[in-house]
Amino acid sequence: MPTIVGLCCVVAFIVVAVAAIALGRFGSGFRIVYAASAALSLIGLINALGQLLGGEAASSLILPVGLPWLGAHFRLDALSAFFLIVTNLGGTASSVYALGSGPHEASPLRVLPFFPAYLAGMNLVMLADDAFTFLVAWEFMSLVSWALVVAHHRAGGNTRAGYIYLIMASFGTLCLLLAFGLLAGPQGGYDFAAIRASHPAGATAALVLMLVLLGAGSKAGVVPLHVWLPLAHPAAPSHVSALMSGVMTKVAVYGFIRIVFDLLGELPSWSSLVVLAIAGATTVLGVLYALMQHDLKRLLAYHTVENIGIIYIGLGLALAFRANGFHAAAALGLTAALFHVLNHALFKSLLFFGAGAVLTATGQRDMEHLGGLIHRMPQTAVAFLIGCAAISALPPLNGFVSEWLTFQAILISPQLPQGPIKLMIPAVGALLALSAALAAACFVKAFGVSFLGRPRSAQAEHASEVDQISLFVMFVFAGLCLLAGTLPGFVIDLLAPVVQALAQERLPEQAGLPWLSIVPIAASRSSYNGIIILAFLICSGTLTALFIHRFATRATRRSAIWDCGYPDRSATTQYTSSSFAMPIRRVFGATVFRVRERVEMPQPGDRRAARFYVRVFDPAWFIVYGPLTRLIDSTAGRLNQLQFLTIRRYLTLTFVALIVLLLVVAAWR
Amino acid sequence: MALIYELIAQGVQMFLVLGIAPLMVGVTRKVKARLLRRRGPGLLQPYRDLWKLLHKEAVLAYNASWLYRVAPYLVFAVTWVTAALVPTYATGLLFSWSADLIAIVALLATARFALALAGMDVGTAFGGIGASREMLIASLAEPAMLLVAFTVALLIGTTQLSAIASHMIDTPVGLRVSLGLALFAFVFVGIAENARIPIDNPATHLELTMVHEAMVLEYSGRHLAMIEAAAALKLVLYFSLLTCLFFPFGMATGDKTFGALALGLVSYLVKITVLAALLPVGETTVAKMRVFRYPIFLGGAFAAAALAVFLLFVSRGF
Repeated sequence: MPTIVGLCCVVAFIVVAVAAIALGRFGSGFRIVYAASAALSLIGLINALGQLLGGEAASSLILPVGLPWLGAHFRLDALSAFFLIVTNLGGTASSVYALGSGPHEASPLRVLPFFPAYLAGMNLVMLADDAFTFLVAWEFMSLVSWALVVAHHRAGGNTRAGYIYLIMASFGTLCLLLAFGLLAGPQGGYDFAAIRASHPAGATAALVLMLVLLGAGSKAGVVPLHVWLPLAHPAAPSHVSALMSGVMTKVAVYGFIRIVFDLLGELPSWSSLVVLAIAGATTVLGVLYALMQHDLKRLLAYHTVENIGIIYIGLGLALAFRANGFHAAAALGLTAALFHVLNHALFKSLLFFGAGAVLTATGQRDMEHLGGLIHRMPQTAVAFLIGCAAISALPPLNGFVSEWLTFQAILISPQLPQGPIKLMIPAVGALLALSAALAAACFVKAFGVSFLGRPRSAQAEHASEVDQISLFVMFVFAGLCLLAGTLPGFVIDLLAPVVQALAQERLPEQAGLPWLSIVPIAASRSSYNGIIILAFLICSGTLTALFIHRFATRATRRSAIWDCGYPDRSATTQYTSSSFAMPIRRVFGATVFRVRERVEMPQPGDRRAARFYVRVFDPAWFIVYGPLTRLIDSTAGRLNQLQFLTIRRYLTLTFVALIVLLLVVAAWR
Repeated sequence: MALIYELIAQGVQMFLVLGIAPLMVGVTRKVKARLLRRRGPGLLQPYRDLWKLLHKEAVLAYNASWLYRVAPYLVFAVTWVTAALVPTYATGLLFSWSADLIAIVALLATARFALALAGMDVGTAFGGIGASREMLIASLAEPAMLLVAFTVALLIGTTQLSAIASHMIDTPVGLRVSLGLALFAFVFVGIAENARIPIDNPATHLELTMVHEAMVLEYSGRHLAMIEAAAALKLVLYFSLLTCLFFPFGMATGDKTFGALALGLVSYLVKITVLAALLPVGETTVAKMRVFRYPIFLGGAFAAAALAVFLLFVSRGF
């Protein structure tokens, strides 16, 4: 039954998408489209929640469409239910948000039809239960999101972003296609049940893992496949950016979990090593690049890369534990990863909504032209601040809980047998610790430069608060961040059936623990209680304020800025985004980025202003993609000669090719 | 009845750390002054300073936002709660399990986050420079601190501070290479996090090298008092953490009899007074560092702690 409801939602999304082509021509047509999307997402959300909470067995459905000998298989189990919750939560929120921000859309027909179709694609990926349906849904999702990326195709760089995204998405699908080909084996058992039953292991499994790491990783934004992400996510309209960063990267994580944890059998022990190494690098590089950005939306997109790294650390740990038979520890790693999936969907959507609000109010994404928005947009500022604190993993908010769980998973890993994995895990732990601290710096910068200080441009000075609907969505998500941070036990229990199915073990029941604390392993080992800490903070803060207002003076005077006696009235003397990041750029710049700093100092007597240029490069471009493009270029140049052969030579070539292929077949037999 | 007793024990710890925090600052200042052959102010001077600040008018810039006014209370409350959750004179207090060592480190990050934002609120160059450098120091010190936490957790098998302390008392782990490295890293991190020489100078003013002082430059009156009190609390918190992780002897572990608690209290006070007196000895022997030498100082701490963790992953015998 839940599968049918889920499928009906997908069909209804498509119907809305088609209707949107007509509706988009009317001024208020967007309201109908977004309201319908919100309602359908909500139905999908409730449906998936019911499936997960009800603890029903997975329900499957086979429709006679698609490949004639295969049909289309659909199935809704605990794993897809959880990811459907994440998807539809994000979908509902961004549809409602778009109800508020919709009137600001310059070209609605470029966005409206694709938005519900995008939601349909993501929902369908979760429901698919055979390789064919999965890949069709995956590719549909990629193409529709590409259309959304190039919605504002005249804005600078957006077509390039769309082009790179298209290449990376095709590459990812190719890898997944090959992976499914390997999984299905020579008999061509493409439905997941058959693959699950055959449980490929050994070299095939390792090869599939690598392909999935590339295929799903390129969609999720794993370093060095992340390059499209900071270009494409900001290019889309803000509510779509929220979906792309908050939800679509999770669809990719779903693909990874589905294939690696559910379909694959025994994996060789070194495979977790590869996942952990990539995850650790992704985490630190993602946050370091984020720190260097001064475009607010691009900063958020780069930061998604970091969070994907954290999720993959949890998954890599779970793989390592599972390969060695520690099922309880694997459950902890998996819980941490899934918890972070939910958390990231919450706070990254919230932050993109906030960035969208700033963009609507000021027309600026560049933080160097913002500032002082806390006065003009006080409510957005509060919601954005909560999102910043949550993503920086600060207690008592939710980001901290999932990082804490990941740390706990790292700390029980000395149980693992000796080997390179025992050296990899502490290294990954150190990288995770480093990235947690850098994330805080990144979001002090993001909030401090755009919302605090004095306005750096006329637009920032004359901004006004955004509409009530957008604010409502932001505050709901901020509230959810606080709720998931203070009552994490309920989320862990919600995840229990998912983890149970994948790791053959689950974390102990948390809901019945005294004071609602969470105890992932044993009370003597570690525990955390967000709600007590929040209560303590509120009590001590109030107590202090009361004490001071009762026993000390409340006298307050407003005056000009002091600034050690040298106040400067120009807003340009404030710390900017790039000056804030300068110390960290200097410390890590030599090794991680190829920072180019150039000072143009005019000669004495020359009245030109001195200039300072900084360029930060993402090394993935020139380490991986530069040589790769040159290689492709030169190969293409050589192959180009094939276009100018005579007919005799073409015939010879065909003949030689035929002979070679026949020889190959003969040798293979 | 037992619950009330437990609540009182927790409450005593909460107000104990608050009460002695300015005194410890007084001790450091006094010892430092004596080492510099000055007489120095009395031990109680920090209390008087706080009281004076509390009764002064607070001057706010015209463009200061609500965040600027809330931040001092938030920083103080977070630091206070964190300090109250670190075991001082007894283990196993009522709420000691609500935050483990990792959560303590993260709570300190919350306070720092609020303070750095407050530094950027008015939009001055000094505030920005302070916030930026504070986050640089944090981004190097916090991972080192987490690795220290890893070391202890791997050695003892728990991240609960109470459990660590009672384990260390009941079954002494002896002299360990890993603990020595962790102690080394912890001291470095503590110096950096508390804005002491050679990273920062708490007595500085109007210097381009100031970090913490630059961040709070615009604050005055009761807000400044809150920030000063939070800084003092943070110092005591690091002293408590040091004693709890590395020198927990004397702490009341089993039944909380009056004698055991009193012994725990006295030993705690003695230990942190010794630490408060040792701090200026180090401070007077080294010079303040350039900003871009911080990574060397803190990278050393990070490397030491990472080495300890690697050793423990290889063998629990280290």
